[in-house]
Amino acid sequence: MELFLYTALFAPLVGSLFAALFGASPRTKIAGIVPSILLGVSLISSTVLLVLVLITGHTVHVEMMTWMATGDLYIPFGFIVDQVSVTMMMVVTLVSTVVHVYAIGYMNHDKGFNRFFAWLSAFVFSMMVLVMSDNFAGLFIGWEGVGLCSWGLIGFWYHKESATWAANEAFIMNRIADLGMLIGIFLIYWNTGTLQYDGAFAAMPALTPETLTWIGIFLFIGAMGKSAQFPLHTWLADAMEGPTPVSALIHAATMVTAGVYLVVRSNELYSLIPHVGLFIASLGAFVAIFAASMALVNRDIKRVIAYSTLSQLGYMFVAAGLGAYWVALFHLMAHAFFKALLFLGAGNVMHAMDSELDPFKMGGLGKTMKGTMIMMTLASVALAGIYPLAGFFSKDLILEVAMIEHHYIIYSVLLFTAGLTAFYSFRIVALIFHGEERYKLFGFHPHEAYKFMLVAMSPLLFLAVIAGSFKMTYFEMVTYILPATEYHVHNPAIYWIMTIGTQIFVIISIYYAYKIYMSRDIKVPDGTSKMEKSFAYKLLINQYYIPYFYEECFVKPYRELSTLCWTKIDQKIVDASVDGIAKAFYATGENTRAMQSGNLSTMLKWMVAGTVALLSLAVVFGLAARYSGEIKVILSGLGV
Amino acid sequence: MEIGLNHYLVLSTILFSIGLVGVMRRKNLLMLFFATEILLNSVNISFAAISHYYGDLTGQMFAFFVIAIAASEVAVGLGLLIVWHKKHNSIDLDTMSMMRG
Repeated sequence: MELFLYTALFAPLVGSLFAALFGASPRTKIAGIVPSILLGVSLISSTVLLVLVLITGHTVHVEMMTWMATGDLYIPFGFIVDQVSVTMMMVVTLVSTVVHVYAIGYMNHDKGFNRFFAWLSAFVFSMMVLVMSDNFAGLFIGWEGVGLCSWGLIGFWYHKESATWAANEAFIMNRIADLGMLIGIFLIYWNTGTLQYDGAFAAMPALTPETLTWIGIFLFIGAMGKSAQFPLHTWLADAMEGPTPVSALIHAATMVTAGVYLVVRSNELYSLIPHVGLFIASLGAFVAIFAASMALVNRDIKRVIAYSTLSQLGYMFVAAGLGAYWVALFHLMAHAFFKALLFLGAGNVMHAMDSELDPFKMGGLGKTMKGTMIMMTLASVALAGIYPLAGFFSKDLILEVAMIEHHYIIYSVLLFTAGLTAFYSFRIVALIFHGEERYKLFGFHPHEAYKFMLVAMSPLLFLAVIAGSFKMTYFEMVTYILPATEYHVHNPAIYWIMTIGTQIFVIISIYYAYKIYMSRDIKVPDGTSKMEKSFAYKLLINQYYIPYFYEECFVKPYRELSTLCWTKIDQKIVDASVDGIAKAFYATGENTRAMQSGNLSTMLKWMVAGTVALLSLAVVFGLAARYSGEIKVILSGLGV
Repeated sequence: MEIGLNHYLVLSTILFSIGLVGVMRRKNLLMLFFATEILLNSVNISFAAISHYYGDLTGQMFAFFVIAIAASEVAVGLGLLIVWHKKHNSIDLDTMSMMRG
């Protein structure tokens, strides 16, 4: 079984290195095909492991080699395949295989084709390290690895100023959060003496509640950065500067869910500190509605989907915060399928429209892009949570969790957000695929994507439709290691009212979205309509002015401080002293150069002078050593 | 007055100083050689005197080495000097500045 584990883990690395070999050479198909095949191998190995875990209930735990061993500190490169990590492995390998195959078509005309696959496979490897590690140190390595690859991929088109800016923003935001996470890991080590999950969690019930609270808070700060929770959320929408397959893989399905994975993995810790859990859930609910509201008005299809991701991450944190870890993980899985599908669909639309992202300039694309339309519509239905698609089983379950745990405020917020989710999802579907063909005004000639790209997307479509039916199998599997709380509303009347009520609410939202945005009156907004002048619209389209706030309050003062340090401290003090030393040597040389006249007579004179100087020094020191007693007496007499 | 060690050492010091001044002041290469010979022989005097004072022959042996080495040094030096004179028709020190950096 270890063979499968190592294959699943290292196949993406091999693929990445293979593609990197072609990094400097012109575009070659093979640099995309080989990594895709290797990812397929990784997917098959993960499936074998999943079947093994599912049937036998055994877990695979290997220790590849010692990494650090000094004194009491012992950290191995250890990997574990248990019910939680195998779920994540399946999600990661499946979505990345699909995205790799899709990207062969999507990046077909790009100069950086080879480099793209090197980064993308490296990302998958880091993500696998993150989810398979059996200790916090390995998790952190993977955590930083995905951050690095995310930076490389957001800034993939590095000649664009906005792309490099977004890449740096994502990287810096994550560094801020990673500091919190690192502190959390240090606290764990100080208090439990180990970083292995099993050892650390076993030692935790003996610790004081204050220590546990601090550990929980600091680990969650790390999760907030990676999963883009408020107030570190701004990078996710800007990260849409990267190529669309990257958005699908990293910023929808895998990396951003690492924070949820961390909380689920640390469930034994968070079960001990329910007040922190409640905070996580409240923040999750806030982010859910906060992000959904921004998605309502945005005029960039990728950003709408990014806000939707943010909002769904909020749902996952609600579930995880309320102790329903398996529900959070289940929604993570279902969400990965339909959100990746939505992004890839958006990629097809972008390709058709020459990278135009404003849905108001599209309309009526359904006629030319039937396949994409069906996929995106089904993905949106799944996202909205209509029976019997995946979202109904995972998202509505989170609503039920909130209800059963008696957090009615969270419940109402989430219910309202579900309506918003349906509205904004179908707003873009209606604007892109239905209504007037507004794109003709702008001279676009849309065309459907390559056939194989649609075929590559179909496994995601299939899973987005049927993932809900795995619920009980999945429940039985993960509850080996996660708390097995079943969430059922016991009163059947309330249950049916809740379920049907939610469904009706969502369907009404969808109906309104279609009604408003399919009409013939929709025009490209030019800033003159009454709605666009309203305060609420301005607030939402400017993302609650938070990016401006950050710019004014953090970025600008920091830049001024840096400039100050540069001109005053670095140039005036550090540079000046270093240069001063060099200049002193130079001046000495310049002034004493005359000594080397080459005249033998002069040189002899210098030689004699040197000998005399050395001799006199020797005499002085010799005398001083000989008469040190007397000298001391004289000096003390002088009062020194 | 008995002539003792101190007298020899004073003589040696005086000779050494004369040699040193010669090394510094002379511009003629041949004179420079004389000056170095005075330096070496001043040291020989002190070697021999101190050796006699302690009743130890090591110093006198050392003086012989110095004489031998001084002889060979002069042989080589004079040879070079003659070559130099044939080539440049002068043995003035100030004209020897080919080693200027």
